[in-house]
Amino acid sequence: MFTSSENIDPDDEGGVIKKFMFVNRKAPYGTIYALEGLEVVLISAAFEQDVSLAFVDDGVYELKKGQDTKALGQKNFSPTYRALEGYDIEKLYVERESMEFRGLTEDDLLVDVQIVSAAEMADLMVEQDVVISF
Amino acid sequence: MKIGVLVSEGPYTHQASDSAYNFVKAAIEKGHEIYRVFFYHDGVNNATRLTEPPRDDRNIVNRWSELSKQHNLDLVVCIAAAQRRGIMDANEAKRQGKDADNLAEGFRISGLGQLVEAGIQCDRLVTFGD
Repeated sequence: MFTSSENIDPDDEGGVIKKFMFVNRKAPYGTIYALEGLEVVLISAAFEQDVSLAFVDDGVYELKKGQDTKALGQKNFSPTYRALEGYDIEKLYVERESMEFRGLTEDDLLVDVQIVSAAEMADLMVEQDVVISF
Repeated sequence: MKIGVLVSEGPYTHQASDSAYNFVKAAIEKGHEIYRVFFYHDGVNNATRLTEPPRDDRNIVNRWSELSKQHNLDLVVCIAAAQRRGIMDANEAKRQGKDADNLAEGFRISGLGQLVEAGIQCDRLVTFGD
């Protein structure tokens, strides 16, 4: 997923570490936001920032186990979420209300996450320096 | 204040690019520094110089190019998103063996690291999208 044209040295940010939260709001297929959002998340790992991911609204479907995209003719990129740990991206927050409203439980998700309420999610967002939503 | 801007939608279909343009202009007039405008998702379509809207409509692409020229704005188009959507500068077209390029004046193509770096360097990163 990395592109070959990174012309910034991620080690040259003067030791600044900011809290980045990437907010995933869309279903994994149907639009490209989830896939291109994940590409930003992976790039951000190279900058050694304090990265977390939030999953709200239809974004919780991005983490659904057993995605099968054969009939869609699109790549199933959901295994990438399991690889995030290897990039030291371990703070994944799922909004309880969004999950339950869609009939999902924690057992339906393909990675370990922290389930938080909408109010707790709002508190987490307030703590961030940078919030980018997809 | 040092401000970074992210534009996530293409021109005309969505208002994101218009709003971003008006925001950037106003911020500069108020004396703020626009560190970078980064175009992602369909936002890369704001950078094709082949855009030709009806005469009585605004030319969103040219408007960005002119603003860039006036204020030395850094307009950056994500390469991965651009390649998917057929936005190319001359170098990239050559590299990919294409018979044309279409990147408008004032824009440059680069990687997603430019977005993350803007988030690190700026006091605020402001997103315009859906």
